[in-house]
Amino acid sequence: MNCKTPSKLEKILAAGHLAVTSECGPPRGSNIEHIVHKANLIKDHVDAINITDNQTSVTRLCSLAACIRLKLMGLEPVLQMVTRDRNRIAIQSDILGAAAFDIFNMLCLSGDHQSFGDCAQGQNVHDLDSMQLLQTVRHMRDEGKFLGGGDIDRPPRMFVGAAANPFADPFEIRVPRLAKKIAAGAEFIQTQCIYNLEKFELWMKMVRERGLHEKVHILAGLTPLKTAGMAKYMKNRVPGMDVPDDVVKRMAATPKEKQAEEGIKICIESIQRLKEVEGVKGFHIMAIEWEEKVPEIVESTGLYPRPKVD
Amino acid sequence: MIVADKKPIEEIIKEVENYSKILILGCNECVTVCEAGGKKEVGILASALRMYFLNQGKDVKIDEVTLERQCDHEYLEEIRDRVDKYDAVLSLACGVGVQFMAEKYQALPVYPGVNTCFLGVTEKRGLWTERCQACGKCILAKTAGICPVSRCAKRLLNGPCGGSTNGKCEISKDVDCAWQLIVDRLKAIGKIDDYENIIPLKDWSTDRAGGPRKVAREDVQL
Repeated sequence: MNCKTPSKLEKILAAGHLAVTSECGPPRGSNIEHIVHKANLIKDHVDAINITDNQTSVTRLCSLAACIRLKLMGLEPVLQMVTRDRNRIAIQSDILGAAAFDIFNMLCLSGDHQSFGDCAQGQNVHDLDSMQLLQTVRHMRDEGKFLGGGDIDRPPRMFVGAAANPFADPFEIRVPRLAKKIAAGAEFIQTQCIYNLEKFELWMKMVRERGLHEKVHILAGLTPLKTAGMAKYMKNRVPGMDVPDDVVKRMAATPKEKQAEEGIKICIESIQRLKEVEGVKGFHIMAIEWEEKVPEIVESTGLYPRPKVD
Repeated sequence: MIVADKKPIEEIIKEVENYSKILILGCNECVTVCEAGGKKEVGILASALRMYFLNQGKDVKIDEVTLERQCDHEYLEEIRDRVDKYDAVLSLACGVGVQFMAEKYQALPVYPGVNTCFLGVTEKRGLWTERCQACGKCILAKTAGICPVSRCAKRLLNGPCGGSTNGKCEISKDVDCAWQLIVDRLKAIGKIDDYENIIPLKDWSTDRAGGPRKVAREDVQL
């Protein structure tokens, strides 16, 4: 087992276990106990917890502070960082801030456009893009240097991840795009929520044809549907989301009071099926404001108990 | 060209309503082509203002002049002997022209009559769209002749992001995804493999980030 960082997530993947990660969104305020509560609901059932970074461009408590709080609880946070809100000075500075608290995982993203959020009239930065953010973290970690060339005293030791959306367009470059992220330094991938299993399996086939599944750990992303309305909303309103008609129909055909249960069932069935896909190295369960359901999903799919690594 | 759009008449009135001798100054270049600040628009705005002041019972003199350009000394000099007659100028040039006018005539209040929007093209009459943000270091050679700095809402140099759907940007179904266009062109010119070349961190010091810019060419200076 050859690990480059002290990351528990890296160790679990390197040991050949199917990894399980989940995510928590920080609160719309400074009461950090909300994130503590969410983390406590899932901590025994996941290997690492992503903390989102002002997701959908709605202003929230910062990902870094929430990650530090989780770290102080003895948990394994994954710092999500978007390039929308920071220039390269702030990016490097925040990476060092995370490193100071021994946060060992980071997910590099460009971020939703600010027009979706509560500051639609604000600037976006995008000094770097997600690809260049990957390069930056790897440079800081592997070379021990700042972008400006100076030496870093105690460089960050982060296991570096990226997102992949097999369902966005143009489809034909979705695998080349993954290759590009790997070349830029991605060591693990968390995918967009998967509802269209056939399309995901096709994407994975193309990933395997290029041998990319052996160069990066791919965690399949899943979000349980709560209601038929949520399924329709995701299908029609969320850019880059692919919810097939049969999934929407299945949710809609379920009586309202049973829809949540049905959504969990779909999620569990999806994980069971994706466990068989060569190259899928784990699951990233994004139960949006529904963290209490994560243990049930993990247990029902035979992913519990979580492996212990030192 | 520089594309501009008309300012709302109410906003213009607020700026100039306390003056009694106003020169509306058009420009015969970009703003004429995008129908925001040429001779025709000068005439329309002059009529609207005259009507407004007449209704207010105010005696305001409004003259109309359209210069060849407002971004060159020689054309702005053409009005030097007359500007003293006015107590304000309403320039329908782009922001460049408004400023050059203001620099040249130090004691004369100058107001903008248009919003300067972007560097763009006429897609069809009445529709202008952005193509360039003048970042100062052109990367079009690497992106099949389509600019992600100006045409991607996140100016991603290694896009597309996960929000690209059916060729459109996540911000609006009316906006093309720049990276869909780039990928389509890379295919068309037989260079799709170039997509996997990572475009490195951009030097933005030639963009607005580096402060006010200039191009100094000694070889052509007199």
